[in-house]
Amino acid sequence: MTKQQANWSPYDNNGGSCVAIAGADYCVIAADTRMSTGYNILTRDYSKICKLADKCVMASSGFQADVRALQKQLAARHLIYQHQHNKQMSCPAMAQLLSNTLYYKRFFPYYAFNVLGGLDNEGKGCVFTYDAVGSYEKVGYSAQGSGSTLIMPVLDKQLKSPSPLLLPAQDAVTPLSEADAIDLVKTVFVAATERDIYTGDKVEIVVLNADGIRHEYMDLRKD
Amino acid sequence: MSLSESNQAQHNSLLSSDSQRTLYPYVTGTSVVALKYKDGILMAADMGGSYGSTLRYKSVERMKPVGKHSLLGASGELSDFQELLRYLDELILYDNMWDDGNSLGPKEVHNYLTRVMYNRRNKFNPLWNTLVLGGVKNGQKYLGTVTMIGVHFEDNHVATGFGNHLARPILRDEWHENLSFEDGVKILEKCMRVLLYRDRSAVNKLQIAKITEEGVTISQPYSLKTFWGFSAFQNPTVGAEGSW
Repeated sequence: MTKQQANWSPYDNNGGSCVAIAGADYCVIAADTRMSTGYNILTRDYSKICKLADKCVMASSGFQADVRALQKQLAARHLIYQHQHNKQMSCPAMAQLLSNTLYYKRFFPYYAFNVLGGLDNEGKGCVFTYDAVGSYEKVGYSAQGSGSTLIMPVLDKQLKSPSPLLLPAQDAVTPLSEADAIDLVKTVFVAATERDIYTGDKVEIVVLNADGIRHEYMDLRKD
Repeated sequence: MSLSESNQAQHNSLLSSDSQRTLYPYVTGTSVVALKYKDGILMAADMGGSYGSTLRYKSVERMKPVGKHSLLGASGELSDFQELLRYLDELILYDNMWDDGNSLGPKEVHNYLTRVMYNRRNKFNPLWNTLVLGGVKNGQKYLGTVTMIGVHFEDNHVATGFGNHLARPILRDEWHENLSFEDGVKILEKCMRVLLYRDRSAVNKLQIAKITEEGVTISQPYSLKTFWGFSAFQNPTVGAEGSW
């Protein structure tokens, strides 16, 4: 009697791309709003971005049910933190929490590809990039999701990040202005939409700076 | 001798624990299609319950009201749908027992269903359904869907199964804000007709349900007019002899 093989998968890829860019006094986080399964589009208007704390925003693509469960888990943990410490979690603190939360399910992972963006305690932009099981790194910019392979090389060229091997360590944060960074984000999404079938419809852009938080939307090709 | 017996017993109990989980669906319902219109939500589903390729049951109600403000439609395994209705009965009962003038709206019920479906998926024992949850509360219309692995979203129009392939394109083309009841029904019937022609598990006996601020109305079962008088269907065997 051979063991029954499962004829369903607990995972699905609902597609989409996420990007974040850190600036001297701002952070831009963006994600498209398309949700797909296989060759179908389920909906054109689904947000992949979640505000975890006042100065910390996460964009996640991958398996939507896991993404939503992860967002809920982090929001709940943040609430507890606020009750215990009477303050908001800083972005680096949330970054560690996200890593630990992902690794907790190392043997049945959250199929979520995350990029965390925000302002650190000095008001400087910071971006953290993750894999599905929690290994993370502080970077100046990152792209995750189905269009990441199309977007990342463009960001590499435009933002000319210094090598992490350099000593003394050089600042990875871009000297670009906020407006230029937003323009770059719009450009890479338009580029990714051309060739990645899972990216398109609309891009949601969130900008975090000293004045607070701001949302912007831009239409993308719907095919 | 006793060692092999205990191995056998362990083997059997391992097998029987596997048979406690849903491995594949047995009696299934096909597509559910729904859209938002001026006064609320319109939802359509046929009354078929297939047993594999047999159209075994033809009077299955696949849409049910939930509480005061919601309507649930299901495709997939019908026994799992019935179990979900039991969970929802308990949820609504506890909500009513608070007797505080508050009642669960469609958003809350949708969230509850999402959590139930996701948690069952986490335990590798899914409820084999794709659900459509629509409702109106305090003038706010809500229409959402959840799949058996917990994928969920809300939109102006949704469909399950084959409906995603055949009905959603029609809805994307013809849906607009503030549809009248008549227009909404016309669009739904167009979708259901295409499904009837092209989905082999569809039966020509359907219900259309409407939910508004006033409440739920599920129509009496009726059937759609179909047209089969294409010349290609007359004398279908002419020219067969000699052809491959």
